[in-house]
Amino acid sequence: MSTYREITANGLWKQNSILAQVLGMCPTLAVTTNFTNAFSLGLATAFVMGMSNGAVSLLRAFIPYEIRIPVFILIIAALVTIVDLSMNAWTHDLYLILGIFIPLIVTNCIVLARVEAFAAKNPALKSTWDGFIMGFGLALVLGVLGLAREFVGQGTLFSGIEVVIPGLHGIQVLPEDYSFLLGILPPGAFILLGFMIAIRNWLDARATAAKAAAARISPEPQAG
Amino acid sequence: MSQEQTQASTLSHDDIPPPGESSILRISARTAVILLWYCIAFTALMAATYFATKPAIEASAAAEKLQMINAVLSSDRYDNELLKDTISLPATAALGTDDSTTLYRARKNGEASALILEAVAPDGYSGKIRLILAVKANGELAAVRVTEHKETPGLGDYIDPKKDRNKTRPWITQFNDVGFEQIPVTEFKVKKDGGRIDQMSGATISPRAVTNAVRRALEWTLPRREALFALPAGQTLEEKP
Repeated sequence: MSTYREITANGLWKQNSILAQVLGMCPTLAVTTNFTNAFSLGLATAFVMGMSNGAVSLLRAFIPYEIRIPVFILIIAALVTIVDLSMNAWTHDLYLILGIFIPLIVTNCIVLARVEAFAAKNPALKSTWDGFIMGFGLALVLGVLGLAREFVGQGTLFSGIEVVIPGLHGIQVLPEDYSFLLGILPPGAFILLGFMIAIRNWLDARATAAKAAAARISPEPQAG
Repeated sequence: MSQEQTQASTLSHDDIPPPGESSILRISARTAVILLWYCIAFTALMAATYFATKPAIEASAAAEKLQMINAVLSSDRYDNELLKDTISLPATAALGTDDSTTLYRARKNGEASALILEAVAPDGYSGKIRLILAVKANGELAAVRVTEHKETPGLGDYIDPKKDRNKTRPWITQFNDVGFEQIPVTEFKVKKDGGRIDQMSGATISPRAVTNAVRRALEWTLPRREALFALPAGQTLEEKP
């Protein structure tokens, strides 16, 4: 049985859906042109994942093993439709930007992956938390990537944030007429994502090396 | 007799009966019914959400349309219920439309003010460029806006004022309040083609496509102005070939 701490660490770092599992590249490339779009879609995904994990976990005793995949997909598709309609109705401006990507949450394999790997075997609260934190880990990575892309591509930070939080404004960091096409187009996203995965691997390797070194040192006093 | 007994006893010793044809059918049927129940339950959930969100979605769709119209025609130029005073136009080659479109009619104090219609430039750099135009009753354009395009980001996309670096006087505002009296129809082209509409060097294809589409749409609209205003709302314009 995994604890909440382990679930959180898995979702945010160890099994991070983008950096470690490299799942869900479609939204990663498509919506990360700026922080606002990227993080918003990430949060919508986290919301759907939390709900779908919770729903599947509650119903898991009533889902025959043979048809679990169709039922999982049915549940996820229904929840995505509900999020889609609700966003269209109540956060319309954001929907205009993210609208075409919301249905894509269904196709993001990380949703089905968490339902199958976690929610089908664990209690409801833990499953909901696992889904949400996995999605939140995805949202954080999308957000960082979006921030990097809009800075490199158009020299802004948090542009378009007023759509989500009225009253706030994006920051123009570089001169107004600055523009770097590679940052805006998908290949730029691939390159930046490559750097992010490399940094994560480097940090992990350093942590492992430190642990190994500590293990080599610590037994000595006992031996002596 | 004894044979039958031994057969029965061996069967009873088995924990799982060998799946005969009938039990496979039974399991399949049971599973199918369960799947059906899931489908019904979640469809009901989606239907409930649909009806709960419908009014809000319709309201924002109408607001969005009005916002688009207000970008080409300021709201003090009309006082009628514009979204209801519409006629439908069939697919028209001069407008570049290959499907029927809606034309909105703006009136002020009951008098004709402007016609708002869609046009398509088929020859953008990558695909169609969709435009919305407001043609005033005096034959001038009120304004033009691009509603949909796939032009290269950072290059040809300055036809959309949101992407235009020139915020004080975006490219597309050259069409504000001009008609064929200000710019004769023969000179209603980009400068590169010998006309009078400015374009940025290096990206001529997108503005040329927009300019030509605007000229064609204006040429189509001018002789039909009175007929378009006179048609009862909700009808389709019928043209004699």
